[in-house]
Amino acid sequence: MSDQIERLQDPGLPEHVHRKADTDPAAADKAERQIAILFGLSALGTILFIYAYIKVPGDAFVFIPALGTTNTQQLLLGIGLTVSTLFIGLGAVHWAKTLMPDNEVIQDRHEFRSEDADRADFVKTVKEQAAAANLGRRSMIKRSLGLSLGLLGLVPLVALRDLGPLPKKSLEETSWMKGTRLVTDPGDRPIRPSDLEVGAVAQVLPALLPGEERTLSNIAKDAVLLIRVRPEEFQLSPERLSWTYQGIIAFSKICTHMGCAVALYEQQTKHLLCPCHQSTFDVPRAAKVIFGPAARPLPQLAITVDAEGYLVAQKPFTEAVGPSFWERSS
Amino acid sequence: MIGTTFSVAHASTQRATNSLDRTTAIDEGRQLFLRGCSSCHGLNAEGTSVATSLIGVGAASMDFQVATGRMPMADMSTQATRKKPAYTPEEVAALVAYVSSLSPGPAIPDQQVMFYERDGNTAQGGELFRNNCAMCHNFAGQGGALTQGKFAPTLMASTPVEIYEAMITGPQSMPVFGDKIVTPEEKLSIIKWIKAAQNEPSLGGASLGRVGPVTEGLLIWTLGLGLLIGLAVWLATKAR
Amino acid sequence: MNSAEKKLGSVANYVDERTGAAKWLKKNLTKVFPDHWSFMLGEIALYSFIILLLTGVFLTFWFDPSQREVFYHGNYAPLSEIKMSAAYASTLNISFDIRGGLLMRQIHHWAALLFMAAIVVHLMRVFFTGAFRKPREFNWIIGVGLLTLGIVEGFLGYSLPDDLLSGTGIRIAEAIIQAMPIVGSYLAFFAFGGPFPGEVFIPRIFTVHVLLLPGIFLALITAHLMLVWYQKHTQYPGPGRTEKNVVGYPFMPVYMAKAGGFFFIVFGITAFISAVASINPIWLYGPYTPGQISAGSQPDWYMGWLDGLVRMSPNWESHLFGHTISWNILIPGLIIPGILFTSMALYPFIESWVTGDKREHHLLDRPRNAPNRTALGVTALTFTIVTLLNGGNDLIATHFSLSINQITWMTRIGVLVLPPLAFIITKRLCLSLQRADRELVLHGKETGRLLLLPHGEFVEVHQPLTDAEAFALTQHEQLQPLELEKVDSHGVRRPGGIANKLRARISRATTEQITRPSPEDIKEIEHH
Repeated sequence: MSDQIERLQDPGLPEHVHRKADTDPAAADKAERQIAILFGLSALGTILFIYAYIKVPGDAFVFIPALGTTNTQQLLLGIGLTVSTLFIGLGAVHWAKTLMPDNEVIQDRHEFRSEDADRADFVKTVKEQAAAANLGRRSMIKRSLGLSLGLLGLVPLVALRDLGPLPKKSLEETSWMKGTRLVTDPGDRPIRPSDLEVGAVAQVLPALLPGEERTLSNIAKDAVLLIRVRPEEFQLSPERLSWTYQGIIAFSKICTHMGCAVALYEQQTKHLLCPCHQSTFDVPRAAKVIFGPAARPLPQLAITVDAEGYLVAQKPFTEAVGPSFWERSS
Repeated sequence: MIGTTFSVAHASTQRATNSLDRTTAIDEGRQLFLRGCSSCHGLNAEGTSVATSLIGVGAASMDFQVATGRMPMADMSTQATRKKPAYTPEEVAALVAYVSSLSPGPAIPDQQVMFYERDGNTAQGGELFRNNCAMCHNFAGQGGALTQGKFAPTLMASTPVEIYEAMITGPQSMPVFGDKIVTPEEKLSIIKWIKAAQNEPSLGGASLGRVGPVTEGLLIWTLGLGLLIGLAVWLATKAR
Repeated sequence: MNSAEKKLGSVANYVDERTGAAKWLKKNLTKVFPDHWSFMLGEIALYSFIILLLTGVFLTFWFDPSQREVFYHGNYAPLSEIKMSAAYASTLNISFDIRGGLLMRQIHHWAALLFMAAIVVHLMRVFFTGAFRKPREFNWIIGVGLLTLGIVEGFLGYSLPDDLLSGTGIRIAEAIIQAMPIVGSYLAFFAFGGPFPGEVFIPRIFTVHVLLLPGIFLALITAHLMLVWYQKHTQYPGPGRTEKNVVGYPFMPVYMAKAGGFFFIVFGITAFISAVASINPIWLYGPYTPGQISAGSQPDWYMGWLDGLVRMSPNWESHLFGHTISWNILIPGLIIPGILFTSMALYPFIESWVTGDKREHHLLDRPRNAPNRTALGVTALTFTIVTLLNGGNDLIATHFSLSINQITWMTRIGVLVLPPLAFIITKRLCLSLQRADRELVLHGKETGRLLLLPHGEFVEVHQPLTDAEAFALTQHEQLQPLELEKVDSHGVRRPGGIANKLRARISRATTEQITRPSPEDIKEIEHH
């Protein structure tokens, strides 16, 4: 498998070339001085670090070209630490390069493979001792040991069951119910249709019932975008059109790809862009995916107004919001 | 096509000018408009196939577009970008007076924006910014990409008036943020936060653009590994 | 003996009487290590790891790994009174209120980026020089394991402060878990203690990041180093160097000084970068909430290729019998990375199967002398670079005034077209370099001096190579194609028909090379 071409002769290690410090004592002294200076600078670095830590106020700022206005204490601590560590290294390496022996040494590699006799001994020992333990002969021991160890392996799996609840219907439920008011995020102000101009977008959450708290886990499913276009710009089925109100349309803000907030609205093209992976959704066509890795349009929230003229949800979302999962049927 | 915004209920104060000044300004504005804008926007600002109608866009929109130099738009390929304004402030005021005389629209925010320092809350402004603005303009107002080559510009050079005008007029791809959705007080807080962001010191050293891990990774591969490999080569080189 | 030597002597005696240390210390202090800068790349990773441990411990003294809600009252005014998790607030505290806190945070994060970068360049050096061949296959597998775990550890680490950018990354990770068929939603609920984001994820990943993974790292790194120590380091070919020796310097004093010194150099450079360059300014990102997002959100660089793969993926999703399979997540997020890392781990065995080479190798290959392997490595690098670029496509778009849609399409096509192209170009380049080496050995170096011969011909004077140079250029082995007889001497057919045909084919392609010159070839030329 290897080539059979004849090889050139190995000329052996090259002649050793002496360094200046090897032959000239003055050069060696100079090298020693250089090393000492490097180590000495390191000591100064440590002193700078300690000084900066104790004496420099934490709210002082200094302008350095290329860095901008930076925090003085942080800069001096950093430079101090740099000098204190870097120069030990430079000194040690310079010492090795100039004064420590630099004659190349040859060392033989050893064979890894054990001697045949040792191998035979090993096999013999294992066989004999295994037989002595009755491992081969007494199958009941083997089988019951296998059973006990195998079952023991189940214990950590079982013990971790309470890591979390079972999903059940949780991924399909949000806080949006029939009649839930849409409120501004932040601010929690209810919204009238006249509050939105054509071309406007509002970040919206479901109104809280008295006494209710809103957690991040709620927001992760409830966040909604409210967008107003001219009603004639919609290209929706009659059913979806009935989910809008005078040109106002509501979508889940949680990207159906991997869950980022799809909050970028391009007013002129009426496209929603998710900045994570660039999925693009067309608002007039019920957030249909027109580019990018998202496979499903953003779920549309059916809205209308209540008796006091505020925008409310007609009903919960008709599908699960957010990224897909195995049990999702559509 | 009607211009980018149409706000019916906006109630801001108009700039106080006496009526004679105003008539002169409107005339001057009309002359400037005919010379520099009508070829795209139509002789009566009614719009053409290449540019929208300016009827009803309002003083705020005009002021924003012209004072930042976005209009007149030279390169029609992608979007209007900030550049050196083509008109002096007086000429801008004249253009604004002319176009707003055609039909009312959102007015230039005047007095209230001066008081963002007093009436705004920086921290609240940050929360509002992250909720409404950061997804296009980035967490530090550095700007970001939109689709098909469009982009949301950096906010590092924006004045308080420009920021307010942009929020209420929704220039180009930017949506409109009406006063019921983002109240005037909230707008002032946002401005105060943006001002603070413009003056944010580079706490830990060079800020590397404030665009996140991409520039950090670039630095470690160039400066970091570069320095260390250079030092490794020095280490393994025989001394003289 | 002076007093210092006497004291050291009694200490040494004390230890030796209890451990017998003198014998193995003597052997190991004189162990020879070859000296080349490319052998220090792994050291950069090792020292970065130590820096991570040291700075990490510092950070744990102030970091609060809890998601309970607090209102911020610290030194950074733009976040005053804002609701956030204790994890985020304590990270702000470290950055603004603890002296040296920001420096330690920055050293920790820069060291993490450097750790991964050093692993990658070290891996490239080991791969392109063939240092993974027998007896070092185990070490290669440990190395791939360290790479994989490093990616996870880094991701968990920068997710601990619970800021807007890293929280978005966790959301994406949760979507990958949730997308797994059958078990996805269960695993996601177990990991997060319920629906995303829940309140237990940060404390849980704290344990993994600070205890579990560092423990595994320590064990793997120790095994990795012990193997290098025991098997001795590889070396580049050259005069005096053979498969049966190591040429270099003894551990004490030279290697100790250089390696020990290099630790301080790595620390110093990392500290320098941390002094002058800001990293992960979480106070600008804001606390994580699922309703917010920033333009230009990316993971740290070592996950950029994953992000790029996900961005370029077509939006394929299947719906079967009331169930959903998200190919648009599974393919770029799990299947392709799984194939890549598994092939990487198994590569030494794949190569030895193809070449039939089961011998030990301690002399390294010059990359040009293993054209197929080098081309394969460049192919993998091309793939990584294209996907990495797409991970930053929105930043590239704004910086270079391009369209994200166009960049996405270019990388979709590029990732399929450029790697094979890179393979072909690299292989041809390697063969050209082999040809150039052969010419160099046979004809010597071009001197640029022209000679006018008596009969009017101009020739360039060539300087013949020294013996050492010629030896170094011809020392490599050239594998021959595998000869797998279909039928052996007893008439028994070789089992495994198709695999063998494939193996023979690949072997022929792998062994395409320029024959290295022999002494006879050189003598012939000299007669001209």
